[in-house]
Amino acid sequence: MSVVDFPASREAIRRRREDPDRAGQGGHGPSEPVAGTGHGASGPASKRIIVGYGFWIFLLSDIVMFSCFFATFAVLRNATAGGPTIREIIDIPRVEWETACLLLSSFTCGLSFAATNARNLLWTQVFLIVTGLLGLAFVLLELQEFVDLANRGIVPQRSGFLTAFFSLVGTHGLHVTVGGLWLATMLAQVQVKGFRREIVHRLICFNLFWHALDIVWVGIFTIVYLLGSIA
Amino acid sequence: MSTEQKHSLHPGEWQDSAPGDEPEDSPGHWIRSYLIGLGFATALTIASFWIAAAHPIWGPALPVALIVLAIAQMGVHLVFFLHVTTGPDNTNNVLALAFGVLVVGLVVLGSIWIMDHLSQNMTAYQMPPM
Repeated sequence: MSVVDFPASREAIRRRREDPDRAGQGGHGPSEPVAGTGHGASGPASKRIIVGYGFWIFLLSDIVMFSCFFATFAVLRNATAGGPTIREIIDIPRVEWETACLLLSSFTCGLSFAATNARNLLWTQVFLIVTGLLGLAFVLLELQEFVDLANRGIVPQRSGFLTAFFSLVGTHGLHVTVGGLWLATMLAQVQVKGFRREIVHRLICFNLFWHALDIVWVGIFTIVYLLGSIA
Repeated sequence: MSTEQKHSLHPGEWQDSAPGDEPEDSPGHWIRSYLIGLGFATALTIASFWIAAAHPIWGPALPVALIVLAIAQMGVHLVFFLHVTTGPDNTNNVLALAFGVLVVGLVVLGSIWIMDHLSQNMTAYQMPPM
């Protein structure tokens, strides 16, 4: 891309900077215009920023959906219908392992993105694979938890509380599973296509997705498991 | 996302890359950010689990402490992992985040508030003997 980028916007930046009175520059925004941020008179935002912004909007809508599950859980927390209560179904040591897996996977996902920024194929792939394995460990731990509960007759149909519990935790687990599939396709795409611009954009989006999952998990282990253990 | 900041225009110098060109960045500052984030997040997580297990503080304050720690950890994730900053390239992201937080707050707090009142009223309705 050797397009002399947006001469009009450059002109606008120059005019704004060289204006001795700094007319029209209030207290808001950056004191220096920054090219390609889509901010003020600096011209259109770069594709990278627009892609990130669009995906950020999706993630926020996803988090709003999770907030509905959280609200349901908070409301139905005591609706046990004579069945097991929250204290009886949670296993804190397993949650500690799950939390460790997901937090570390968030970290390694970030490292793979750092490698992407350095255009290092090997380390990008290595850290993506580590991220995937940690995510897989998380999903397997959660599956084990659900199977254990089901073997004790604790299933979503039992009470309103259990429906809320399984749908909240299960939706998050489903997100991690889908994220893992996405990760696998990214491994293949990076390997075959290299660091093309659109591939890097997809990696950015994948990173945002994976970190957002960890944020949701912070809410789950606090609201569901830790508050449940002291209930 | 925040790499663009490093490529801001300095007086008297034009940047070479066109919008949309990803900078070939040294991974140093990214790795540092992720390490700091991991450190903070680990400390906050361990604090949460320890508080819930050891009950070091007054019982009724436990839920508040846990929720405060969770919110702090979400903040750490946002800043050091998602790189939501106050930079000019992030204004829109921050505004969207603020709106998201507003909606989440309305949904969660509103549901708890309304359903709590509802269940209190329902209970009162069933109480009087026939």
